[in-house]
Amino acid sequence: MSKIGIPRTLAYFIYFPFWKTFFEELNQEVIVSSPTTRDILDDGVREAVNDACIPIKLYHGHVAELASKVDYIFCPRLVSVRKHGDFGTETFCPKFLGLPDMVRLAMDNLPEIIDVRVDLKQGKDELLNVCYQVGDLLGKPEVEIKGAYQRALLIQKRFKKLLSQNMMPEEAIDILFANGERKSLLSRPDLQIAVIGYPYAIYDDYINGRILSLLEKENVKVYTQDMLSDKMMNRQARNLPKSMFWYFSNRAVYGALHFMQQKNIDGIIHITAFACGPDSIVDRLLEIESRRHGQIPYLSIAVDEHTGDAGVRTRVEAFLDMLRFRRDKS
Amino acid sequence: MKISFPHMGYSYLALKWLVENTGHECIVPPEPSSRTLDLGVRHAPEFACIPFKILMGTYLEVAEKGAEVILTSGGMGPCRAGLYWVMHQYILDELNTGVKVVAFEPPLCDLKDFIKKLRWVRKTGGLSVKEFVQAIRITWEKIKAIDEVEMLSHEIRPYETNRGETTRRLWQALEMLDAANNEAEIKDAMQEGLKLLQEVSQDHSRNPLKIGIIGEIYVVLEPAANHYIQIMLGEMGVQTDRSIYLTSYTRKNTIVNLEGDIFEVAKPYLGEAPIGGHGANSIGETILYARHGFDGVVQLAPFACIPEIVAKSIIPTVTKDYGIPVLTLFIDEQTGKAGVQTRLEAFVDLLEKRREVKAKRGIERLVI
Ligand code: SF4
Ligand code: SF4
Repeated sequence: MSKIGIPRTLAYFIYFPFWKTFFEELNQEVIVSSPTTRDILDDGVREAVNDACIPIKLYHGHVAELASKVDYIFCPRLVSVRKHGDFGTETFCPKFLGLPDMVRLAMDNLPEIIDVRVDLKQGKDELLNVCYQVGDLLGKPEVEIKGAYQRALLIQKRFKKLLSQNMMPEEAIDILFANGERKSLLSRPDLQIAVIGYPYAIYDDYINGRILSLLEKENVKVYTQDMLSDKMMNRQARNLPKSMFWYFSNRAVYGALHFMQQKNIDGIIHITAFACGPDSIVDRLLEIESRRHGQIPYLSIAVDEHTGDAGVRTRVEAFLDMLRFRRDKS
Repeated sequence: MKISFPHMGYSYLALKWLVENTGHECIVPPEPSSRTLDLGVRHAPEFACIPFKILMGTYLEVAEKGAEVILTSGGMGPCRAGLYWVMHQYILDELNTGVKVVAFEPPLCDLKDFIKKLRWVRKTGGLSVKEFVQAIRITWEKIKAIDEVEMLSHEIRPYETNRGETTRRLWQALEMLDAANNEAEIKDAMQEGLKLLQEVSQDHSRNPLKIGIIGEIYVVLEPAANHYIQIMLGEMGVQTDRSIYLTSYTRKNTIVNLEGDIFEVAKPYLGEAPIGGHGANSIGETILYARHGFDGVVQLAPFACIPEIVAKSIIPTVTKDYGIPVLTLFIDEQTGKAGVQTRLEAFVDLLEKRREVKAKRGIERLVI
């Protein structure tokens, strides 16, 4: 039995249930890095090229935490997960494309890296092929791999279903794997807000100044783009001159546009990574679109290594005050 | 229609000709200046890359001058460049400029759209298909001729005995090309321009350092964005070879095209290509320049340019394996000419020392 390390960041929040199930079905032990801490962040900042964005640095930090504890680091090269976009060429931010190379070259003393290429736009069975490659690496026979794959698909489907019931990923993961219980819902939320952004920015509590907990405390009901079905989101592509090239960015943009059209949404918060290339486009686009959608209030919060809880709190509280004022006035 | 387009090096001469000879009025984009940059910085998102900001400024400048349409290129990603036009249009609309950005997406991606847009340009200008095709052909010849004289200028400059002479003659040659109106005239102007350059008084006893220039296309192609780095290096006595010319793809005689698929060359270091922009190229090109005996490489990258950052993180390994020093210059709105000059001088110093050391070792080997 080998130990497989999965960093708790980047695509973790969307694919973890699949891969955890897959590896465990193949009798491997899955070890996840701990939720982000100051140490992980500092390690990441030290290990990564200094021009990288915070999420990429953070990834290095999570890898560093796992490095001495596992036999493999699972760091797939995410190229595409669907055929989408104006030319059917949707992909991931270039930093994802070069991620395994960056990690390998920047860090010493790494265990073996599982860097399979995930390019699902190639065809329907592509994910299974990816699984064969990974399983093969672990010396597993094809039948077993296929079984594990099917089981993983099933769990992933359940995961998506939980998300569509307005659950956050960590909560859903808890329910799937640790018999967690569903948190009780806010009985009468004061405000309803859509929090938009890359999963690794909005669900990483440490890096974004605990914004989700803050909103919860303020009795705000939070929606994220990951609670929407692909169908609902993709409908929004029609409202854009051109789709983004990157999977996560398209999800953020489509999700935001969707929520801008919902009457019950009081405002949009976009959590963006400081100095993120794609977000320089996404953020301005959403800002302009929110103006065009009847001036729906829009707050953009950029996270970086110095994002403190206090700074975020002040800005979010001011935003909420404004929303309440707006509501009471009308 | 009053048409404009992005300013990229000297290509504007040819594009101006194209617009004017297809029945339109050309609003010639000014060379990017500090005002261009200021305008761009004011209206572009803070973390947009520098090419986006300069283009934003350029578009606002041509809008002031009355441009109605801006022709530009699209792209299929994975980098931001292919979405520039979308954002530029959003921002131009917000500012109520009334300018329309028409982007040509790569014909391989969307041939229909490409043809539709071409036809629109042709019809609004009132040209027949034949005339239009002819105009495009002449434009292409012009671009090739412009590249040709520019390339030669960078070869000759390090040998010039009167500082600045090569550059002056390059301007002359470009002026002649600007005035040429058909294929024959372009050919003549080019020959004459090349001759002008060859006649620069030169000192061939020099053995100039050779530096390859790589990086992101806009900052490599637009001298105003890179502080005229090739001229600067040339006047320090360095011969430069640039990895990108607009006409590179059709050339057989350039180093970067000599060795087939650049992504294959980069493969041992980067498992995935392309990664957007010129990231993968930068790695491959560094290797090619090393193999061709260059003394060093300068990587030009817009600040926070994702593909070039990926490349930069990998290049140290290439440097180690091939023994070729690489200087990365990140360019943003704060980059000043003096700063670039100082860093280049230090780099050139380093390369000269390395050469001396190498030469000494060579002699020692001979003696033994
Ligand atoms: S999308 Fe932005 S935040 Fe994410 S990896 Fe790319 S640059 Fe970093
Ligand atoms: S290649 Fe670099 S400069 Fe060009 S769009 Fe991409 S990030 Fe910006």
